[in-house]
Amino acid sequence: MQMQSDLLQEARRQAEICNACRYCEGYCSVFPALHAERAFSDGDLTQLANLCHNCRGCYYACQYTAPHEFELNLPQALANVRQESWEDLAFPQVAGRAFQKNGVAIAVVAVIGFAVLFWTAKSLGSEGGEGFYAVLSHNAMVAIFLPAFLFPLVSIAISLRRYLKRVDAEPLKPAHLVKALKQAAQMRNLKGGHGDGCNFEDEDRFTHARRMAHQAVMYGFLLCFTSTSVATVMHYVLDLPAPYGLFSLPKLLGLSGGLLLVLGCVELIRLKLRSDRALGAQGAFGAEIAFVGLLGFVGLSGLLLYALGQTAAMPLLLAVHLGAVLAFFLLTPFTKMAHGFYRLTALVVDAQR
Amino acid sequence: MSSIETPDIVVIGGGNAALCAAITAAEAGARVLILEAAPKPYRGGNSRHTRNFRCMHHGPLGPLVDSYTEDEYLADLLKVTGGKTHEGLARLAIRTSEDCLPWMEAHGVRFQPSLSGTLSLARTNAFFLGGGKGLVNAYYRTAEKLGVQVAYEAAVTHLELTDDRIDFIDYTQDGQTHRVAPKSVVVASGGFQADTDWLARAWGPAAKNFLIRGTPYNRGVVLADLLDQGVEQVGDPTQCHAVAIDGRAPKFDGGIVTRLDCVPFSIVVNKDAQRFYDEGEDVWPKRYAIWGRLVAAQPDQVGYVIIDAKSLNLFMPSVFPPIKADTLEELARKMDLPAEALVQTVAEFNAACGDTSTFHPTELDGVATTGLTPPKTNWARPITEPPFYGYSLRTGVTFTYLGLKVDERAQCAIGNRPVSNLWAAGETMAGSILGQGYLAGFGMTIGTVFGRIAGKEAAAHANAI
Repeated sequence: MQMQSDLLQEARRQAEICNACRYCEGYCSVFPALHAERAFSDGDLTQLANLCHNCRGCYYACQYTAPHEFELNLPQALANVRQESWEDLAFPQVAGRAFQKNGVAIAVVAVIGFAVLFWTAKSLGSEGGEGFYAVLSHNAMVAIFLPAFLFPLVSIAISLRRYLKRVDAEPLKPAHLVKALKQAAQMRNLKGGHGDGCNFEDEDRFTHARRMAHQAVMYGFLLCFTSTSVATVMHYVLDLPAPYGLFSLPKLLGLSGGLLLVLGCVELIRLKLRSDRALGAQGAFGAEIAFVGLLGFVGLSGLLLYALGQTAAMPLLLAVHLGAVLAFFLLTPFTKMAHGFYRLTALVVDAQR
Repeated sequence: MSSIETPDIVVIGGGNAALCAAITAAEAGARVLILEAAPKPYRGGNSRHTRNFRCMHHGPLGPLVDSYTEDEYLADLLKVTGGKTHEGLARLAIRTSEDCLPWMEAHGVRFQPSLSGTLSLARTNAFFLGGGKGLVNAYYRTAEKLGVQVAYEAAVTHLELTDDRIDFIDYTQDGQTHRVAPKSVVVASGGFQADTDWLARAWGPAAKNFLIRGTPYNRGVVLADLLDQGVEQVGDPTQCHAVAIDGRAPKFDGGIVTRLDCVPFSIVVNKDAQRFYDEGEDVWPKRYAIWGRLVAAQPDQVGYVIIDAKSLNLFMPSVFPPIKADTLEELARKMDLPAEALVQTVAEFNAACGDTSTFHPTELDGVATTGLTPPKTNWARPITEPPFYGYSLRTGVTFTYLGLKVDERAQCAIGNRPVSNLWAAGETMAGSILGQGYLAGFGMTIGTVFGRIAGKEAAAHANAI
């Protein structure tokens, strides 16, 4: 906990300098919120940190960055607080601490995910289903994935309740949620206020690359998720079990989503590798890359499964894909994936101002 | 450096005026080399610390609301300069400012609505998104795209003037001496305020205790070199624009955040704990420049602001937290003031305060002391409510007035004739327009207008050869 209070103290020091300057007011949602305060509680700083999208506009515009003795680096100061808040608010907390800054641990869980699926497929085998269900029965899939899906939801719900308490939020209203969803839908906070984008891969040059890549991942993921949801409804409500044809809704959604997801993840990793690491959270770079890699791999293995579904490689690919999905779901509350939930909540809280 | 062997134009300096000149000249087809004395992180001179640009406009323009006419603009300028203004050049700057805003946007500058706490400027001043460094970054990007070469840590040591022409420029970079002989030269390297020895020679030894609000690289080397060779000068060589800032600010480069807005709600004492001026004479934006001089005239060039708990939230937060104490004696100890004298000064002040029921923090409220010398004529509320807070005040120098005299083509002169290939823009020639005082955002107007003129003229000269 000592480390956290140091990170908060550093963020507080920097926020006080920003509050005496205010030149960055138009860049994003952080500054109007910051300038509304006179003193910064731990909760205020946690909220500001989760509002910050790390667009870095303020860093490159700042006249007080090192070598200036004020040594401002607000993107990193807030990233550190944000990272700590995700570890701290995670349920169970020990899992947050284990994975948020540990790319190796993420990879290990992914491998365990593969292994579990191999083992299950091998030992349970099929109960005579068609297609993928010939490898692993529908019931076995549900038995594995229903808890693996529900657990992260419960965990994140608990974390967000903790977050709202920490930042001293008012009761939520639908209007606030609508406003927050609008901002997230356009990623307004990566537009840079002037609409030229953010500073990420080439110092102070503004580009939309990161915003575009992020939206490709976000919408790609949502399309994939919708695909699965639609398929679930078709299976249970309409009594239309898989496999589905190319022009079926699940396939169209899944294919377009998978492509967006893979391309977005590749671009995000490329941008991340070009970015200045000193402007992101300390020690989190490897875990962020590992997470984006896992997410991209979920998409890629899904696409491969579709492409090679009729070949002998299918059972292997199915286990790899489902293993990746399993690892991804289970890790959602404890990796960078959690940021989406916190970010949206922070935007809701900001809309209350 | 893969240098241009013989640039057409050398621009000395790397701030707003220099960049406007370089971009304009490059767009006219000239090969331009910028010699910036600062390393890259500190490029941009005092422009790094600016935040807006004062702009004439007929009807809403960019972030600006309503309109702001030439005559109103000029009247505002004459008010702050007490008439010490070159009206022809001032009108040129004002009139051209309206064209500048779209030009700035077209060259990468982005604006934002007036900042919180600065609503009074929403009609007259266009704020740069991210402040002056954001503007400088955008201009460097634009300049580099146009093929302008930039040499950082390139300190010009000498311009060789023969008759009415600059023959060559000497500069050092990475310990090497270089000589370059361009067709045209634009000087945009600011004033001399960062050379505290020069400041002390001009102002007196007290200047050694002044803080410099902006860049440490404006040392006036080029200015001195040209004046020594007889290039025409303008502006009072002994004067600088100075304001009262937080005494704990760094010696250089503290910028905007060292501003302290609490004087109207305080009493200000010197190191003997004696008051010396009416703290409530007028609203702070109209008085902060006066306080730079008032503090400069006190022993050790330092003042101490004393407020109590009820005034703490009436002004913009500053970068350093105030010194805080439960009693005045303790506050005096913490601030190194004579405790008994401070207690007595506060007691006399408190006794002179009257009815405070009409106190209004943002208007001249007439809540004044009676029978006190010096009086406090507004916002005079007794200092009684602990905890008590204190700030130290020092003189912070913004810029110097001495500069190169230019004509409406931004050209420098020697004797009664122009220097055929020398132009100047920005702070280094602002004395040609501003004789004293300062109008918020006018420095960037001068830099942009005369930077563009200098770039155009320098390119026309170079292209004609």
